[in-house]
Amino acid sequence: MNQLYAELQWLPRAPRDFAGRLKALGTSADQLGRELQALALPALDLNQLTKLAKVIDSARREDKPLEPLTPFRLGVLSNSTIELLVPALTASAARHGVALEVIQPAYDQAAQEALTPDSKMNSSKPDAVLLALDYRALPLKLSLGDAEASSANVQGVIGYLQALRNGIKTHSNAVCIFQTFAPPVETLFGSLDRALPGTLRNLIERINRELANFVLGSGDVLLDVAGLAETVGLADWHNTQLWNLAKFPFSGELIPLYADHVARIVAALRGKSRKVLILDLDNTVWGGVIGDDGLEGIQIAQGDARGEAHLAVQRLALELRQRGIVLAVSSKNIDEVAREPFEKHPEMLLKLDHIAIFQANWNDKATNIQAIAEELSLGLDAMVFLDDNPVERGLVRELLPQVAVPELPEDPAWYARFLTAAGYFEAVSFADEDLKRAGFYQDNAKRANLQKQVGGVDAYLASLDMTITFQPFDATGRARIVQLINKSNQYNLTTRRYTDPEVIAAENDPDVFTLQVRLADIFGDNGMISVVICRPAEAGVWEIDTWLMSCRVLGRKVEHMVLREILEHARAAGIQKLAGTYRPTDRNKLVVDHYRKLGFTQLGEEDSGITRWELIVEGAEPESAPMKVVSRGFAQASGFAQAKEIYFT
Amino acid sequence: MDEPQIYARLAEIFQDVFDDDSIVVNHDLSAKDVDGWDSLTHIRLILTVEKAFKIKFSTSDIGKLEKVGDLVALIKQRT
Repeated sequence: MNQLYAELQWLPRAPRDFAGRLKALGTSADQLGRELQALALPALDLNQLTKLAKVIDSARREDKPLEPLTPFRLGVLSNSTIELLVPALTASAARHGVALEVIQPAYDQAAQEALTPDSKMNSSKPDAVLLALDYRALPLKLSLGDAEASSANVQGVIGYLQALRNGIKTHSNAVCIFQTFAPPVETLFGSLDRALPGTLRNLIERINRELANFVLGSGDVLLDVAGLAETVGLADWHNTQLWNLAKFPFSGELIPLYADHVARIVAALRGKSRKVLILDLDNTVWGGVIGDDGLEGIQIAQGDARGEAHLAVQRLALELRQRGIVLAVSSKNIDEVAREPFEKHPEMLLKLDHIAIFQANWNDKATNIQAIAEELSLGLDAMVFLDDNPVERGLVRELLPQVAVPELPEDPAWYARFLTAAGYFEAVSFADEDLKRAGFYQDNAKRANLQKQVGGVDAYLASLDMTITFQPFDATGRARIVQLINKSNQYNLTTRRYTDPEVIAAENDPDVFTLQVRLADIFGDNGMISVVICRPAEAGVWEIDTWLMSCRVLGRKVEHMVLREILEHARAAGIQKLAGTYRPTDRNKLVVDHYRKLGFTQLGEEDSGITRWELIVEGAEPESAPMKVVSRGFAQASGFAQAKEIYFT
Repeated sequence: MDEPQIYARLAEIFQDVFDDDSIVVNHDLSAKDVDGWDSLTHIRLILTVEKAFKIKFSTSDIGKLEKVGDLVALIKQRT
């Protein structure tokens, strides 16, 4: 079974203590609606959905305030045992901001309930009625090869559905949500079943087409179950054993998926479909990091597998824009550097005038997304944020829970699919205004002013369980060291390039202090992310020859921890002063204040823009960050190697 | 999997499906002993057991289940 759909892989995984958190909530919580929505957000299995629905139902029955969840009463008519999935509907609706009440009449009473004026369904005056019928509910007649009889059959079925609709409209005026029909897997001929009139496949396909036609523009809504079944695979959708056993119309494993789809429709009816797609740039919209790889190095070329994957994301974004979704950018980059591919790269599909708001700076993404929302005058619950980096995704999810942040797989080839599978932009209608909406926001890649910082970033970083590992240069790290030295452009103080033999020389020189730095966090190992080389200058002074870092770990105070490590070794070696130099290039403006931020004193500036700095070792106390420190492989002054672990809190 | 392991896993499953941490799962436990064990919860239980043990029961397997002991025997057979 396709795991993306069966397990709703675009959603974060449920916490292990889900049941405990639900119990702790009870129904007396202050912000009950928000907490219920937060609990409903991850991918939940049928048992979890059932438990959550029980809490929501009793809160609703006890009239507890459930803001900001919007109430919605949904009648469900079916020819099958829908009791099994009603709780899943309630819980999934909470994920989409709706407090759902389901009116569920007795088994297999669809026609009676729709047509009787004072039926349980009609008397409850639902906002919408879901006609959860499967093909077994339809008066289908095999009429193999008989075009006339099969047309009459199709019309008869449509007539039946319209009669149900009329009953509902007359007696309760609810919106009708019609399901298309997933045909059975079993065919009589094989390929001919589609072409020949009067086979089940042919009849159902025609019924679905006519149903879609009469629903469009009628004010009623289509839930394309046939499309959903096709997407997951008809043979996985159907479970004949479960029908035989329990009169349940599709695979039990797909209940969470189906329920999420119904919830999307209900949310769309309440205007809660999302309207804005905020894109990260590096490794999301192109392969690689623009600041380090430059225009020539990023991957978006046709014919390059990686490039094609990212182009697919761009193509999807453009098509979403065509249907009225607003595009924005939130990237950790220098603004001019981030804009360059849009302006100059021949393979870019996205251009600056497709982007309404363009935020490229070094601030945290939560603050930037907040600014984007304010600039567009839209709520955070209208935003979707696409980012390949799990740390950024976690940050935005934690600090701005109303923003939808889909999980993404490792391979960018699936990014476009994950984003569409999530269904954040579900719509129940499409009008001219939608076509014009993107243009209305005057796509001129505006920069939004950052308002106040969003709080909680430090606490989030502390929750990442980071471990920083310091080692001197060695043979194992050499290839990556050489790569970083020659590839890093942005966070690079002196941009000195070293060949392999030169790195080996530094590694073996007892007077040269070298550092390879690795960072791991709960999302995994980032590998080597910083390289430092210090050389003896005058007596008692270390000249920092090379200091570079991967931009992926900006904003986490890695550079402070690196300085602490350098200082510790400097002290042990009897060094009194550290001397640093900033050599400006057209790519490293980012680090113009690196030494100032670390507490160095500026000694001077040359005409070329080169600045020189120094730090007195004694008394230097750089800030520390919440990371575990591992330092190993260094020879002690007294000559033995040592591994030590220190905890910082 | 041996029987004690199966019973231990089933205990977790029963507690999850019936939302009751006090359920004790033994050989003779059946629907009449547990509050809320109706035909609907029974289906949810079967689906959960199949997924947890990565097995599929046949229609007649399911039809013959009368007590937990039968379920354990079936799981042993299929794993």
